[in-house]
Amino acid sequence: MAELLNMSGIDKAFAGVSALSGASLQIAPGEVHALIGQNGAGKSTLIKILTGVYRRDGGVVNFNGAETVLTSPREAQATGIATIYQELNLVSLRSVTENVMMGYEPKRFGVLINWKEAHRRTREILSRFGIDIDVRAPLGSYSTAIQQLVAIARAVSLDARLVIMDEPTSSLDASEVEVLFGVVKGLREAGVSVLYVSHFLDELFEICDRVTTMRDGRTVDCRAIAGTTKLELIAAMLGRDTDEIAEAGMTEFNAGMSGAEKGDVLLEAQGVSTGPRLNGFDMTLRKGEIIGLGGLLGAGRTEAARAIFGVDRLLSGKVEIKGQPGALETPAAAIAAGFGYLTEDRKAEGIIPDMSVRENLTLALLPKLTKSGQIDRARERELVDHYIKALGIKTANMEQPIRELSGGNQQKVLLARWLAIDPDVLILDEPTRGVDVGAKREIQGIIRDAVARGVGVVLISSEFEEIVEGADRIIVLNEGRIVTELTNPGITEDALVRALAHTEGQAA
Amino acid sequence: MLDTDTFDLRKYLSRNPQSVAVWVTLAALILFGLLRYDNFGGAYNITSFLNYNSMFIIISVGMCFVIMTGGIDLSVGSVAAFTSVIAAYLSPYGIEVALPGAVLAGIGFGAINAVSVVVLRIPPFIATLATMLGAKGGALVISGAQTISVDWGSNFTKMGMEKALNVLPWSIVVVGVVVIVLWVVLEKTSLGRTVLAIGGGEDASTLMGLKVHRATAFVYLLSGGCAGLAGVILASGFGAGQPLEGIGWELSAIASVVVGGTLLTGGLGSVTATVAGALLLGLVFNILNFENGRGTISFSAYWQMVIRGGFLFAVILFQARVMAGREQRKEAT
Repeated sequence: MAELLNMSGIDKAFAGVSALSGASLQIAPGEVHALIGQNGAGKSTLIKILTGVYRRDGGVVNFNGAETVLTSPREAQATGIATIYQELNLVSLRSVTENVMMGYEPKRFGVLINWKEAHRRTREILSRFGIDIDVRAPLGSYSTAIQQLVAIARAVSLDARLVIMDEPTSSLDASEVEVLFGVVKGLREAGVSVLYVSHFLDELFEICDRVTTMRDGRTVDCRAIAGTTKLELIAAMLGRDTDEIAEAGMTEFNAGMSGAEKGDVLLEAQGVSTGPRLNGFDMTLRKGEIIGLGGLLGAGRTEAARAIFGVDRLLSGKVEIKGQPGALETPAAAIAAGFGYLTEDRKAEGIIPDMSVRENLTLALLPKLTKSGQIDRARERELVDHYIKALGIKTANMEQPIRELSGGNQQKVLLARWLAIDPDVLILDEPTRGVDVGAKREIQGIIRDAVARGVGVVLISSEFEEIVEGADRIIVLNEGRIVTELTNPGITEDALVRALAHTEGQAA
Repeated sequence: MLDTDTFDLRKYLSRNPQSVAVWVTLAALILFGLLRYDNFGGAYNITSFLNYNSMFIIISVGMCFVIMTGGIDLSVGSVAAFTSVIAAYLSPYGIEVALPGAVLAGIGFGAINAVSVVVLRIPPFIATLATMLGAKGGALVISGAQTISVDWGSNFTKMGMEKALNVLPWSIVVVGVVVIVLWVVLEKTSLGRTVLAIGGGEDASTLMGLKVHRATAFVYLLSGGCAGLAGVILASGFGAGQPLEGIGWELSAIASVVVGGTLLTGGLGSVTATVAGALLLGLVFNILNFENGRGTISFSAYWQMVIRGGFLFAVILFQARVMAGREQRKEAT
């Protein structure tokens, strides 16, 4: 079979540091091809070379039977390569139509945009994806899922031969993922190739034909997905043995196995409500315990975390902290009470991109580091140094801007930020989202160690294995209410899925 | 939900809540003026008001394009002063030479800004601050720090002092045409949409394959050209090139743009609302003058500035309330 895309021997270095050395990638026409690898393996760099964002230092790119040198995203689009980036690269202030049509608007007299036609075409394109929305409204007024589908619609409308999807499902819920998969299958049937990059390995088995694995800037494996196991893929990504991994379990967690007595009650919530999204939430968290919050997107998990941390005001309900009645009114009060909250949206609510690793790490700690208005710099450095080593944060030095770190390492800095205040309670909302397999295990290990020291953890995660293996108890939520509680040991993914499915049944 | 292409005021306002405040306030002020002062709606007041404010309208609209990309142009006032001197020197050759000459000079300063921002990657605030100082110094140098009288024998002063077909002053006709063209550029061309997209997200725009550099350069050239046109109107209307004028014009222009609901961070903006913003700020002065004319109270020029500042604050507050109310309604649904 003639390949649509053939990249071989691709080299790329940034400031002398090699990001890719001899990487290759082949994609057949009408194929859904997965590209996997840890963060820093070179996937993003390879994609950016393919889409004209970066220039390659060496190697050959053959697209559609001709050697190509792509020098700009525009050129790549014109050649038939469209990309949907991990961070949605759309303009949320502008209308849906503009985001779909931008740069390719239908014109009258060759100059003036024919808005009527543009809106009509946009509606038509979106209707193919089963979306019926007001295309004149700003894109930002719609959910992330819709925005994602709009990005895909844009790509498809450009008559792409190859559509690159970088982590397309990371912000979608289960039903939206189904819609997306439908779209991907539709593309395949239409003879369009899809390069599918995802950390969610389960997805790959559902829609991909072949999978290419990268590690340390090289292509290490390419195989048909049929007949492959998840374990083999993880092993290829990590460069480890399959047996070794099977032995250790999929996560670093081992919940409910220690059998140790749980300590004093840290937090007790009764009948907490903050609005329609959280209604009558109960929870008792003890020292050295991980409570998982289960549920689908919008079930009220994040709302529960926000209520506990004093972000949202309670409409009703009682909260006791270490036996003291009274809810936390503000995040500042929560931090003073020894609470830490790792938010779901690392980019928007967590890191301050242009600040250094050091500054990001000690933000929540500054009041404690300050003596009579002076920040104790020596102590600060000592602390930062300690956490960089303890958590294995990969950074050139503590003054490196955090935006230059990989997602996993950014997340570790944020974890360190909260660990540094020596917390009693840690609320972790999707702590390993968008993080590669290796970093994921390291982060899970960090959480496990904190719990062993007596920290109480509230864990929210969309990854079943993480919550099933990690939580001592799982509180399952649906539409802002608690539907059931599961206790480890003994929770299986099946049991959790059944609990969720059950709630779905009730809702319908 | 199906939407049609017919103009629906309610839909327009619900999609452009940031522009609601300026239109409502403008209408209220006009109504207030019409009811309170006898000559407010008279032809003389209207034409002299528009004639004087045409300079600010054109500068504000140029500024609006720059701000929509997320940039700023602080040089417009100085450039207008500089080009008014150029226009005065060129006035003996007639308006047909002086006008393009001065506008080209303005575009020249715009080109310096464009190169600084696009090629040299200097932040717009700094780049245009440098141009502002340069243009101001340049105006003083070429004029010897004197006002330069225009040639009254040529047709140059027609632009600022006479009316087209005895109805509208030439200045407002020219500015009106330019504003309409720019409205079309913003609303109906890829260039205009790219300007807005850049302000909404420069990286996203690049990755969408838009011509980001070209559009960014365009807005600075445009703003320079608009300042050049304002310089021509200034020289023509007052009969002299004015090297010392233009101080604080950039701030008035920014105020007009912001009152019109254009986001200072870019991505959202409107030509028509900017014009309304410029008219609104001018109208406050106009009404204060009428109030002084009635003799009951008398505001000094200094107090007028204070009142205008307070008024500006009130409109922005109003605008913020409209936006906040809309957010709440969105949450509720």
